[in-house]
Amino acid sequence: MNSGPQRRLASIVLLAAPLAACSGGPLDPHGPIAEQQRLLIFNALAVMLAIVIPTILVAVGFAWWFREGNPRAKRRPDFVYSGRVEIVMWAIPLLTVIFLSGLIWTGTYNLDPYKRLVSDRPTTEVQVVALDWKWLFIYPEQRIASVNELVVPAGAPVHFDMTSASVMNTFSIPQLGGMIYVMNGMVTQINLQANHPGEFYGRSAHFSGDGFSNMRFTTRAVTEDDFARWVEGVRGGEQVLDRAAYEELMKQSIPERPFTFRDVDPHLFHAVTTQRIPPAPGPSEGRGGPGIQERAQK
Amino acid sequence: MLGKLTWDAVPWDQPIPLVAAGVVGLILLGVIGWIVVKGYLPYLWREWITSVDHKRIGVMYTLLGLVMLLRGFVDAIMMRSQQALAYQAAGYLPPEHYNQVFSAHGVIMIFFGAMPVIIGLMNFVVPLQLGIRDVAFPTLNSVSFWLTASGALLVNISLVVGEFARTGWLPYPPLSEVSYSPGVGPDYYVWALQISGIGTLMSGINLVTTILKMRAPGMGYFRMPMFCWTALTSNLLIVAAFPILTATLAMLTLDRYLGFHFFTNEAGGNMMMFENLIWAWGHPEVYILLLPALGIFSEIISCFSGKPLFGYRSMVLATLWICLNGFMTWLHHFFTMGAGPGVNTAFGISTALISVATGVKVFNYIFTMYGGTIRYTTPMLWAVGFIVAFVIGGMTGVLLAVPPADWQLHNSLFLVAHFHNVIIGSTVFGAFAGLTFWFPKAFGFKLDETWGKRAFWFTFGGLWATFLPLYMAGLLGMTRRMQQYDVPEWRPWVLAAGVGTIVIFIGVACQVIQLVVSIRNRHALRDETGDPWDGRSLEWSTTSPPPAFNFAIMPNVKDEEPYWTIKQKAIESQNLADEPDYKPVHMPRNSPTGFICAFFSTITGFALIWLIWWMVIAGLVAAFATFVVFAWWDKREYEIPAEEVRRLDRERRAARQVWLRDKAASLEEPA
Repeated sequence: MNSGPQRRLASIVLLAAPLAACSGGPLDPHGPIAEQQRLLIFNALAVMLAIVIPTILVAVGFAWWFREGNPRAKRRPDFVYSGRVEIVMWAIPLLTVIFLSGLIWTGTYNLDPYKRLVSDRPTTEVQVVALDWKWLFIYPEQRIASVNELVVPAGAPVHFDMTSASVMNTFSIPQLGGMIYVMNGMVTQINLQANHPGEFYGRSAHFSGDGFSNMRFTTRAVTEDDFARWVEGVRGGEQVLDRAAYEELMKQSIPERPFTFRDVDPHLFHAVTTQRIPPAPGPSEGRGGPGIQERAQK
Repeated sequence: MLGKLTWDAVPWDQPIPLVAAGVVGLILLGVIGWIVVKGYLPYLWREWITSVDHKRIGVMYTLLGLVMLLRGFVDAIMMRSQQALAYQAAGYLPPEHYNQVFSAHGVIMIFFGAMPVIIGLMNFVVPLQLGIRDVAFPTLNSVSFWLTASGALLVNISLVVGEFARTGWLPYPPLSEVSYSPGVGPDYYVWALQISGIGTLMSGINLVTTILKMRAPGMGYFRMPMFCWTALTSNLLIVAAFPILTATLAMLTLDRYLGFHFFTNEAGGNMMMFENLIWAWGHPEVYILLLPALGIFSEIISCFSGKPLFGYRSMVLATLWICLNGFMTWLHHFFTMGAGPGVNTAFGISTALISVATGVKVFNYIFTMYGGTIRYTTPMLWAVGFIVAFVIGGMTGVLLAVPPADWQLHNSLFLVAHFHNVIIGSTVFGAFAGLTFWFPKAFGFKLDETWGKRAFWFTFGGLWATFLPLYMAGLLGMTRRMQQYDVPEWRPWVLAAGVGTIVIFIGVACQVIQLVVSIRNRHALRDETGDPWDGRSLEWSTTSPPPAFNFAIMPNVKDEEPYWTIKQKAIESQNLADEPDYKPVHMPRNSPTGFICAFFSTITGFALIWLIWWMVIAGLVAAFATFVVFAWWDKREYEIPAEEVRRLDRERRAARQVWLRDKAASLEEPA
């Protein structure tokens, strides 16, 4: 990545970045993981553009120069093999791919979503349950929970254990970095961190049925004091997340605004992941389903 | 009596599918009525529906594919317009309808649009290029086609009877399990694909056998045209990959119908297995579609540059590389599943390695043009456009093969833009280029160049106008398959993509006009010689359209470009080769087996979807009985007498003689 043209290309790509400011997307990172991922995207693009742009120029240039009507073009209808050209045309993509493989190798190990983030601040544990069609965040250490709003301390690592109550979803906060599937009966993990306080767009990135478009949540990264205050506020709430409340919650619905639970059954997440609580029910009817009727109204 | 089927299965409350289906139904009835009234029905039955001629079947495959591409494009327009309207609003398509639209769009475009066009072109061209009279199993070929048509019919029936899958084009469990999709949508999906999948598999076996066993005398592997190589690898992939699809869908069917748990985490199943299996088929499928397109461009670039293909052996090696390597990359479709860094790295690198072979191919195209004399016909325009689109789409693909980048861009509109960029830029451009290139071979007249070029420019412009904004929306974090959204930054890009779709629509309209104009001007566009483009491979050595037996005598191949050599020899000596000694030709008889089998397969499929068990049994028995009757049938061939072969070939030679005289005259003119 130290050669001149590549760096110049990278800076051209970076110039496009302000377009993306504040969009909630991966081009506007606010965490160390997302920052490195964006850098890797730009690096890989720069490496490839260094080959791709000349290739396109040469292709279009040759195609134009050797047009039938160009009297200045030197025709060589017998130029069908050249060992030297062949070696170069195998070597260019091969060398590019070898270089890129280095980026892939180091990047994949460095940014492995399962790798714990190193920090002198303590890691916040969050258990994520994807429900139809909302996100449940359980804070096992604080024994509280929230729906469709994720509040984390800024500047400190957050470790997520994730599962799904029903269908497959993907947990994704693009500005903090990466995404990982959540699946029923299984636990997947991701480690993220926000650099500073702010609000970030979160969503499911995997189609999960009729309410998929509404499966969004807000991530609020706050100072440590604010986080403590938020936890206290939640503890002063009314609702409790026990088995009965969870079974009501896991039915298909789209909540209008986020809400919280002041107390959570400490074994709930485990019970979901081990399917001791069976997978959430889907729609009771469908077109051509049992007894064909109009779809149950939400 | 009728299983789950009742009047309520028809979505009476939804005007959009009803009106659409009504219009399509009226058009269909109109066409059928016109055929019957005009008395074309016996002709259609005799010459097309029961035909086992690879050329006719190829044409029918292509026609089916083109109609389905239009059908899928209507879905695309609905999706883009819904997203254009659905910023902080509901739009006009509710989720349960929108989800069917994008699922149907993917299924129709891949299985019933792109695949039939590509298989149709292979069917038509490969035997002609190999210098043979038909494929290895002509009747099986007809069965393959009609089973594909049967699957397409089932998918379209789902528009008005019941519903289509609302799961995306690949029905990931548990969403596609009966608990989350209790409707018949996934059942339509499963049975339509099972029936057409059998057709595709048999077509693959057919073409592999043809290419391996039935080449003209002297045509060794390293004398085959590049399109035959890519067809061979593509069909090898079909033979290797489609059984995986069949097995996967069979497991999903057992889950849905009999309460098995292959793909749920209860009772020892696992949903991750579905993703692995479906992509173990799905990624090779990408190359099944891509490879023949690469072959088409090899033929076209070489022909219109007036040069043999540069680096033929490198091209063969790159083709085989893609074929093998394409089977080792499936996991890159789910880097986000939580596999360890070792696994992700391995599949990231194996994916990037494919671009070595595709890169070599692009450089070979470039050097084929180098030193050539390029004639800018419509197919050549598509070819140059392809190189640009393929290089850019390939680059974004390799970017997605970098796992940490994929963790951000997976399932985003960036991914959507990437695969449309590649599939449209290579497979669809290739299909259109191939159609324009071989159309005169199939019908004896060229397509109109003016409208063809207009179609190219609008489609090419529309491709970028649609998908560059979607790349951007993806980089801004927009996920695919959103029925509505409320992020203001995405909106301009979504609107821009909507405008791009209009530009593509104009391109599509140009193509339809091109066809109409060309048919009306067919006498002016007539090609008498059978070699309208100054071609290089054997298909141009016979008449347009070729006789049923393709070649009066089997060509004797002596080098890589047999027809070019024959032509040069004729120009040099100012004489055609001596008239050969004609012999009678034996050709396979037409057979309704394919049509009848597919008819009963459709009935069986429909009955399985609606659990009408007596109809399932009746359909299966009838389809099987058709096979048995065919197996007992002795008179499978008929003889074309030597006299007739001579008469047809003399016509061809007379046209060639005229061409040779004109050629000589043009060479004598001062330069």
